[in-house]
Amino acid sequence: MTNKSEIERHVMAVLVDNEPGVLARVVGLFSGRGYNIESLTVATVSEDESASRINLVTSGTPMIIEQIKAQLERLVPIREVYDLTEEGPHVEHELALVKIINAGAERREALRIADIFRARVVDTAVDSFVFSLTGSPEKIESFLELMRNLGDVEIARSGVVAIMRGEKRKQDA
Amino acid sequence: MSGIRTSGAEMVIKALADQGVEVIFGYPGGAVLPLYDAIFKQNRVRHVLVRHEQGAVHMAEGYARSTGKIGVVLVTSGPGATNAVTGLTDALMDSVPLVCLTGQVPTHLIGNDAFQEADTTGITRPCTKHNYLVKDVDDLSGVMHEAFYVASSGRPGPVVIDLPKDVQFAEGDYFGPDEVTHRHYLPQTVGDPARIAEAVDLIAGAKKPIFYIGGGCINAGTEACEAVSELVRMTGYPATTTLMGLGAIPSSSPQWLGMLGMHGTYEANLAMHGCDVMVAIGARFDDRVTGRLDAFSPDSKKIHIDIDPSSINKNVAVDVPIVGDVGEVVGQILESWKNKDPQIDGKAQDKWWGQIDEWRGVDCLRYEQGQAPTDTIKPQYAIERLYELTKDQEAFITTEVGQHQMWAAQFYKFEKPNHWMTSGGLGTMGYGLPAAVGVQVGNPDSLVVDIAGEGSTMMNIQELGTIAQYNLPVKIFIINNEWLGMVRQWQELLHGGRYAESYSAGLPDFIKLAESYGMTGLRATQPDQVDDVIKQMLDTPGPVIVDMVVSKEENCFPMIPGGAAHNEILLGVNDRKEQTQSEDGMVLV
Repeated sequence: MTNKSEIERHVMAVLVDNEPGVLARVVGLFSGRGYNIESLTVATVSEDESASRINLVTSGTPMIIEQIKAQLERLVPIREVYDLTEEGPHVEHELALVKIINAGAERREALRIADIFRARVVDTAVDSFVFSLTGSPEKIESFLELMRNLGDVEIARSGVVAIMRGEKRKQDA
Repeated sequence: MSGIRTSGAEMVIKALADQGVEVIFGYPGGAVLPLYDAIFKQNRVRHVLVRHEQGAVHMAEGYARSTGKIGVVLVTSGPGATNAVTGLTDALMDSVPLVCLTGQVPTHLIGNDAFQEADTTGITRPCTKHNYLVKDVDDLSGVMHEAFYVASSGRPGPVVIDLPKDVQFAEGDYFGPDEVTHRHYLPQTVGDPARIAEAVDLIAGAKKPIFYIGGGCINAGTEACEAVSELVRMTGYPATTTLMGLGAIPSSSPQWLGMLGMHGTYEANLAMHGCDVMVAIGARFDDRVTGRLDAFSPDSKKIHIDIDPSSINKNVAVDVPIVGDVGEVVGQILESWKNKDPQIDGKAQDKWWGQIDEWRGVDCLRYEQGQAPTDTIKPQYAIERLYELTKDQEAFITTEVGQHQMWAAQFYKFEKPNHWMTSGGLGTMGYGLPAAVGVQVGNPDSLVVDIAGEGSTMMNIQELGTIAQYNLPVKIFIINNEWLGMVRQWQELLHGGRYAESYSAGLPDFIKLAESYGMTGLRATQPDQVDDVIKQMLDTPGPVIVDMVVSKEENCFPMIPGGAAHNEILLGVNDRKEQTQSEDGMVLV
């Protein structure tokens, strides 16, 4: 690549035929060609379950991002590739489940911070909480940073799901 | 709408026949026995028995590239499928339309490490355009017809259909090609009119233009090649072709500068470097063509016509990208040109051609052939004589990979597309012999010559058995220098002459080898024997192996060393004044 321009982060929504192997095709494309995947989620979204939506976050130079889209579009079971970062305002959301093991003052502090972040307590035991938190990746990141200071944590994150703002629809259901 | 009730195996053969398939290349085994049974019971589809599955795929490639039809392969599960992988990758890199049927263990055994089980769809996912595992016989006819559509539409490529044995036995309803609907896979074939207009203005205003013509033109078909030739003729501009694009425009055209790239001509590479408008048609700017990217044609505006959007802006940023089929887009350009009737800058063109003629005057492909009995045969001479003695026969030429391949590309000239079959993208040694078999099967009355090296040809030498079985009159023209010549050349130029493992030791006597298969073997060791041996080869009706014993130390020039730019091209081994191989260059292949 001659173009040494800035690395950009892009959020994409990829509509695919819901068939065996389609996720492997997408993931194999990224690993085979050396592209980055920061996060990836997949679930069926059409009423008849014929289509799935892959939400993925990737990064690269503008030339690489263009390649990623073109390479994805080449795969036969891929219906549409939307670059939400390119297309305009969109909402990015992630779900995290965070288990924290601690006691005493730290336990109370964890609860207080959870409240500030509007995280819900979904499980509690004598020495632990499980918080459920949704929001932007940045919000989740800062919540985790605080929690790590307050005890031993275990983290499960969903990866980013994203959708365009406004009335434009990126899917024929 | 109701289908015909039949077994999965019979459905496959019916679908092949309905798709117009006349011949398939294959090798039987446990997981495809029902398919072979179905083949046995019919006579619409002919089967060619190969000696190794890799050979089968290369045969199908040769067949497809020489006929414009889709090549079909049938192999068994496990090792049958894994042996086919090299051929599939080759077809993917060179955009050859293939359908490869692989047997698979019965569905209930998949994942159990059963005998001759391999994860075929997993293994072939990155080396096919698409693949299918058919688990339900009711999906089978749809998959078969879709596979042919996918293989041949857009940028062509290989498609694998993995067929578990129980699905081959199961009964289901067969539907013909017109009764199944395809999904949303619809490549863009017509170019964006705004881009076409932009391209026409740019082409018309060029002062130092060049057409850079690739294998995509040949894939687009004979008419597309004619359209490209017309565009070249109409403008009067110079044109160069890639290794894969040889024959897309007639070599006899005075506007053709020869092949470009690592072993391309001086004039083609310098014209690419110095041009102000480059029109890339069905070419993909690969590293063998561009050389060092940051020094690639630095002062040009680039127009790129390609059916595959991922080929555009992949290696080189272009100014006017046009996604579409070469035939369609060039047709649009021609029409727009005729409507606008633009004025070309004649003065600038004369100057440009003056410069090009000066480069041509360097005569970069020259070599010296002594004619004394003690002189050795130069490989270039052998190929040039082969060309001179066969040029009136519209011969089909296949090659293996290495020095002989580059010399063949430099010295054999093509007037028409589809007559040159070589492994360009993957560089598969052992391609040429089986490819020649496939070409001959598709063109039984034509002259087919595999210009081979002694090293490469040994890689699929077992296919001599196929040639013998079907008595195919393939001519195997071995340029025998007893070295893996291209490896030796790089070792000489870049690794201090340390010739590690590049000597072809333990070669067979090719004449005796030919005779052991009931073929004719011929040998030339002196320059004055070359013509006689070639004539004798041509006069022999059956298969022939020619052992052309050539000089061992000859190197292939011109050469753009890895990591160098077009204008740093070397004309010969003594042309080292500019030769400073950078460390970055050394790591390039």
